[in-house]
Amino acid sequence: MIAETGLLLLWLAAALAVLQALAGFAGLSRRGEYVAISPAARPLAVLQGLLCLAAFGCLIALFLRTDLSVLLVADNSHSAKPWLFKFAGAWGNHEGSMLLWLTILGLGSIGVALFERQLAPRIVSATLGAQAVLALGFYAFLLFASNPFARLSPAPPEGAGLNPLLQDPGLAFHPPTLYLGYVGLSVAFSFAVGAMLAGDANRAFARAMRPSVLIAWVFLTLGITAGSYWAYYELGWGGWWFWDPVENASLMPWLAATALLHSVSVTANRDGLRAWTIMLALVAFSMSMIGTFIVRSGLLTSVHSFAVDPTRGVFILVLLALYIGGALALFGARIGKVASGATFAPVSREGALVMNNLLLSVILAIVLIGTFYPIAAEALGYRLSVGPPYFNRAAGPIALGLVALLFVGPLLRWRRDRLARLPVIAWMMLAIAGVGAIALVVLVPRSAILPALGLALGGGLAIASLLPLTRRSLRRTPATTWAMVIAHFGVAVALIGMASNAAFTEERLIALRAGETTTVGPWQVELTAIDPVVGPNWTAIEGGLVARYDGGAPTTLHPQLRAFTTPPTETSEAALLTRWKGQLYAVLGQPTSEGRWQLRLWWKPFVTLIWLGGILIALGGALSLVARIGLLRRARHYVRQVMP
Amino acid sequence: MTTQTKPRLKPKHQRLVLALIAIVAIIGAGLLAASALRDEAAYFVTPSDIAAKPPEPGVAIRLGGMVEKGSIVRSPDGLGLAFVVTDGKATTRVAFRGIVPDLFREESGMVADGSLNAEGTFVATRILAKHDERYMPPQLGTMPIDRDNMVGTTVEPKR
Repeated sequence: MIAETGLLLLWLAAALAVLQALAGFAGLSRRGEYVAISPAARPLAVLQGLLCLAAFGCLIALFLRTDLSVLLVADNSHSAKPWLFKFAGAWGNHEGSMLLWLTILGLGSIGVALFERQLAPRIVSATLGAQAVLALGFYAFLLFASNPFARLSPAPPEGAGLNPLLQDPGLAFHPPTLYLGYVGLSVAFSFAVGAMLAGDANRAFARAMRPSVLIAWVFLTLGITAGSYWAYYELGWGGWWFWDPVENASLMPWLAATALLHSVSVTANRDGLRAWTIMLALVAFSMSMIGTFIVRSGLLTSVHSFAVDPTRGVFILVLLALYIGGALALFGARIGKVASGATFAPVSREGALVMNNLLLSVILAIVLIGTFYPIAAEALGYRLSVGPPYFNRAAGPIALGLVALLFVGPLLRWRRDRLARLPVIAWMMLAIAGVGAIALVVLVPRSAILPALGLALGGGLAIASLLPLTRRSLRRTPATTWAMVIAHFGVAVALIGMASNAAFTEERLIALRAGETTTVGPWQVELTAIDPVVGPNWTAIEGGLVARYDGGAPTTLHPQLRAFTTPPTETSEAALLTRWKGQLYAVLGQPTSEGRWQLRLWWKPFVTLIWLGGILIALGGALSLVARIGLLRRARHYVRQVMP
Repeated sequence: MTTQTKPRLKPKHQRLVLALIAIVAIIGAGLLAASALRDEAAYFVTPSDIAAKPPEPGVAIRLGGMVEKGSIVRSPDGLGLAFVVTDGKATTRVAFRGIVPDLFREESGMVADGSLNAEGTFVATRILAKHDERYMPPQLGTMPIDRDNMVGTTVEPKR
C-alpha cells in the first residue's frame, strides 16, 4: 500500500505543479482577472512541495521496512543492512535520488512562496511559475521513465544489496547536501526567469535571489568538501581530488555559483551587472542540471553505456535542451527589456568582481571542455581520457591568478578607486608571495612550480585576506565583512593545504613481515600483526600497525581489506592518523611470497587544511546568510513601523 | 556623488564592453583548453592498436585489455608486477610497481594509465580493475573505459 500511496502522491504533486505554473504565469497577463488568480501560486507551491516530500517519505518507509515487492528496494537493499544504510539507501540509486532531487526542488518553491515578501508580486508569481515548469519536467521523467515505486512480482526472498563503497555514513549526508546545493540554484534560476518575463531586474530582485544563492553555495561547498574527504579516505589512493567526471559535475555548478554569489552582491549593493547576474543564474543551474543528469544518464562515462537505457537518456537530453535552450533564448529575447544598471570605473570593487567572474568563468569553461571532450571524441570514433595533467595545467594558473586578485580586490571601493590608495601591506604581501614563490622553486627542487606558487600565494593571502578588518573598529565591522574575510581566509587555508600536500608528501611502498619496521617521513611504522576481523555484513583482514612520530609515543592503526557478502565485493579501508602537522595514511595491500604484506604509507603534512579551508569558506557563506536575513527582518520591521 | 565620480561610459555601452570582454575570455578559455588537450589527453589503446601503430615512448596513454592467464610475475621484493595484457589479437607487456586493486586478477579486464618505454613495455602508473567481479567484457573491442565501473576512479556515480 505504501508504494501505491507514494505513486498517487507523486501524480497529485505533478497535477498541482500544472496549476502552479498556470497561476504563476497568469500574473504576467495584462488582464485583471488573470492577475487576480496569480496569488494562488503561493499556496499551490507549498502544497506541491509537501506532497512531494510525503512521496519521498513513502520511499524511505519502504526502504526501512525492506519491502522486497518493490523493484527498487529489491535491487538496491538487503534486510541484513544496518538501518542507517537502509535509510540512506533510499537515495543511493537512480530513481530514489531523482525523487530526492524533486523533493528539494519542492522545498525551494516552498521557501520562495512563504518567505519572499519584498519583491513585486508579479515577479514572485512568475518565479513560482518557472519553478513549477522545472518541476513538471522532472515529475514527467520520474513518472514515465524511472518510477521509484514500481512493483516486482513475485517478490524475491532477498535483496541484491547496496554497493559496499556506498556503505558508509558519508552516503547519508553527502548526496542530500550536494542536492541542496544543486537545487538551491534552481531558485536563483527561476528568479532570473521571473525577472526576465516581468522585464524588471533591480536591486530588490538581486536581494530576493541572494539568500537562495548563499544557501546553495554553502551546501555545495560543504558537499564538495565532504565528498573530497570521503573519496580521500574511502578510495585508499591518498588523493583528495581526482578530476573525475562525477567530481567535476559538482565543481562546475560551484564555480558558476561562486561567480553568481559575487555578481549578485554587485547588483544588490550597487544595482550594476544586472544582465550579468541573470546570465550567471541561468548558467549556474544549467551546470547543476548538466552535472546531475548527464552523470546519472551514464552519458559521461561512455556513449555506449548511455545507449543501455535510451529512453531515460533521451528524456534527460530533451529536458536539458528544453530548459537550458529555453532559458538562453529567453535571455536573448528579453534582456534588452531589462534596463541597464549603474556603471562603474574599471578600477573599483565592481571591476575586481567582474575580474573574479571572468576568471571563474574561464575555469568553468576549461573544466566543462575537459569533462565533455572524451564524449565528443568518442562520438567521432576515437577514445581518450582527460585526467589531472590537463586540468592542473589549464586551470591551475588561472586559479592562482584568481587568488592573486583576492589580495587587492576586497580592499577596493565601490564605483571608482585608485590602486595607489590601497594599503602598502597588500602590495607587500603580493610581492613577498611572488619572491617567495621564486625562492621555493629554487630551494625545493622536488616540488613543481604550481605547489610552490600555491604555498606562496596561500601564505600571502592568509594575511592579505584579513586586511579588510584593519583601520576600523572590529566591533562595528558588519557581519557581512566578517563573512567575506572568513571565506577568503578559508581559501588561503585550503590552498596552503593543497600546496603542502603536493609539495611535501612522503610516500613509502614496501612489503613487510609481522615485526618488521619501516619509515615514512618522520614516522617509524611497525607491522605488528595481521588478523581476521568480522563486521556486520563483511569480513576483513586487518593489519596492526604501530606508528611512532620521531621515536615518540606509539599509536596504532588498523588498515583493512574488507570482503562484503552482498554483493560479493572487496574494498580496501585505509587507516588514518591525524596530527595537527598532518596525516599518516596507511593502506594494506596484497600478501606476497614469504609471508609478507604489501603496505603503502603516506605522510601528508598539513593535508587537513584542505578540508578545514573548505569548512571555513562555507562558514563565511553561512554567516553572510544569517546577516542578510537578519538585515531583511530589521528592514521589514522598520517599514512596518513607518508605514502602518 | 557629484560629476567628479561619474563614470564616463553610458550604461548601455558598458554592458556592451562587458559582453565583449566576456566573449573574449571564453574564447581564450577555449583556446587554452584546446592547447592543453592536445598535449595532455591520453588516448585509449588496445594491444592491437599498439601492435599496429606503436605510440611514442613516454607519451601518456591508457591501455585496456584482459590480463592473460598465467602471465602475472611478481618481483622478489613483493612490490613489482609484470604481466601481459591481451585483446585476443595482440598482446602488450605491462610493468607496474605498487598495490593493484582487489579485483585485479588473471583473465579479467583491466585498464592502466602509463606510457611505453623504449623497449616497448607499457610502464603503468595506475591500474584499475573492473569493479564487478561477475563482469566479463562482452567483446574486447569496446572494452572498459566506462569509468563508472572501475574501482578507484569514482565512488560510484551515485553521489
